[in-house]
Amino acid sequence: MAYDKFNTLTSTAVPLPIENVDTDQIIPARFLKATERVGFGDNLFRDWRYNQDNTLKEDFVLNQDKFSGKILVGGKNFGSGSSREHAAWSVYDYGFRCVVSSFFADIFRGNCLNIGVLPVQVSADFLQKIFDAVEADPSVELEISLPEQKIVLLSTGESESFDINGYKKNNMLNGFDDIDYLLNIKKDIETFAENTPL
Amino acid sequence: MSATKTLFDKVWDSHVVHKIQDGPDVLFIDRHMVHEVTSPVAFLGIKNRNIPVMHPEKTFATADHNTPTINQHLPIADPLSANQLRMLEENANEYGISYWGLGHAKNGIVHVVGPEYGITQPGATIVCGDSHTSTHGAFGAIAFGIGTSEVEMVLATQCIMQPKPKRMRINVNGKMSRGVTPKDVALFIISQLTTSGATGYFVEYAGEIFRDMSMEGRMTVCNLSIEMGARGGMIAPDEKTFEYIKDREFTPKGADWDKAMAYWETLYTDEDAIFDKELTFDGSLIEPMITYGTNPGMGMGISNDIPMANAVQGGATTYQKSLKYMDFNEGESMMGKSIDFVFLGSCTNGRIEDFRAFASIVKGRKKADNVTAWLVPGSHKVESAIKEEGILDILTEAGFELREPGCSACLAMNDDKVPAGKLAVSTSNRNFEGRQGPGSRTLLASPLVAAAAAVTGKVTDPRELMVELV
Repeated sequence: MAYDKFNTLTSTAVPLPIENVDTDQIIPARFLKATERVGFGDNLFRDWRYNQDNTLKEDFVLNQDKFSGKILVGGKNFGSGSSREHAAWSVYDYGFRCVVSSFFADIFRGNCLNIGVLPVQVSADFLQKIFDAVEADPSVELEISLPEQKIVLLSTGESESFDINGYKKNNMLNGFDDIDYLLNIKKDIETFAENTPL
Repeated sequence: MSATKTLFDKVWDSHVVHKIQDGPDVLFIDRHMVHEVTSPVAFLGIKNRNIPVMHPEKTFATADHNTPTINQHLPIADPLSANQLRMLEENANEYGISYWGLGHAKNGIVHVVGPEYGITQPGATIVCGDSHTSTHGAFGAIAFGIGTSEVEMVLATQCIMQPKPKRMRINVNGKMSRGVTPKDVALFIISQLTTSGATGYFVEYAGEIFRDMSMEGRMTVCNLSIEMGARGGMIAPDEKTFEYIKDREFTPKGADWDKAMAYWETLYTDEDAIFDKELTFDGSLIEPMITYGTNPGMGMGISNDIPMANAVQGGATTYQKSLKYMDFNEGESMMGKSIDFVFLGSCTNGRIEDFRAFASIVKGRKKADNVTAWLVPGSHKVESAIKEEGILDILTEAGFELREPGCSACLAMNDDKVPAGKLAVSTSNRNFEGRQGPGSRTLLASPLVAAAAAVTGKVTDPRELMVELV
């Protein structure tokens, strides 16, 4: 699916300093029953955001007015668990365009890249600096440059570089689509299929 | 370039259609399994592109995540679940994909039916929009879970783009002790590596303990690879593997079998092949395991005490949040804790061997009054075997009921939900907060531990209930 281009993003951030945030917290299984990709943001972190009677849990970060922005900052091993792309859809649909963590679960990272949410992996030290800065002053902004593969904490000017493979980077910068790429090499695939043993 | 290769390299490298410079490999996919939850948006995608499914004959669809486990002959009450099943059926029909829906004799959990019908084969690349696709690695296949964009990619092109993972080998030597099952071996490994310890790797399991395991046991182990972050896990095929798949519906026959065998017999790690990481454990020291926290890495031998926050890897805040959710304390024992629910089933432990194990403990005993038990076979084939082997009689005698196949309480998308605050001993794969229903609390364990809990009403060491072998 084609998606928004991503170049440079400057935004405040929402801090979630918890480790091993799993996909069942990001979007519980009972909200996976849709057959179209709509409305997932409403149920992002559903059971951390709402009580069982659907009233807000006031202390959860998404329910605190002082925190907002297009960048979600999570603790180590963000997105572990299920392969549900619905988790990445929820993050996107809520309004986030970038997730920052010191470590991502593999499938979640791939799903984000496939729908145009940029996963930015930073060192544990830098992650802590972001948490400290944002919690002390929620108006602090981060600048994320995909062309330069750089994240800057604008309040102090401290920065780190981050990894992304050249192919995916180019896709995100231009909004290119994987399936278009594959359809362009369809002949190679057909030849391969004819010679496959299984 | 070294001529020696790992099992993983052999299978991966032989499926690379195209290498993208500074990007992922384009990998050809031999088998694509599809279920109702992660496929509708992918089918919508190819519909919008106006392109067909490239290889419908390599694509297999079954309904499992949403399906009720009682009264499957009646219409599904939940309109959203019913709609997802209807969409899958329509999509399968439209694109010429075989569909084993609700009520079909071959219906069951995707990772249970794949091997049962020989769709799963050694040396194959297998994907499904479900992280427990790693199960099929038990046959020496490269099998892993994918997201919906990737499901669309495979439907459209029979290929997937993936950066090649690093290689890890986990050796477990020795024999399983009494009361220890493949589930315990897997939970032990995950407890040692943590829930993210194998992220970025593809694991090969090697050593005596895995060689001795049945195919069902190997599936349980490979199934749980994702719970330590690994994309997948695999075990080199051997005589046991070939014996299991021979003569199944979708396995090659006659001359094709001989041709396939010639390939399959090359599927092992060369003696001096290099792994990026290698770990070795003494399997004889593994005990029956149980989890106490909110990820599968938070597990321990059943007779141990819950670790103190300062003794575990990771942040104390996260650890304490987890114990608070479970309503447990650091340093306390799990034994004797009163439980409310028992769930036997799932793609992890919903096979015939798991029901045999469960029955071996409950035989001649009675279900505890305080326990609600959901015994859910992984497929109709498993259900039939339970009946044919007389296991159903043992279960019925002990006060248990057998339900109909599906994913059920593993992720509680259907009505099998553990209520808030209730404690469940489950043979499934995830103890995440609310996984088995909002507010539910899950202890992951083997079918033996689940059975011991079901008849005593509390966390019990199954070895106390096992009949002594003469």
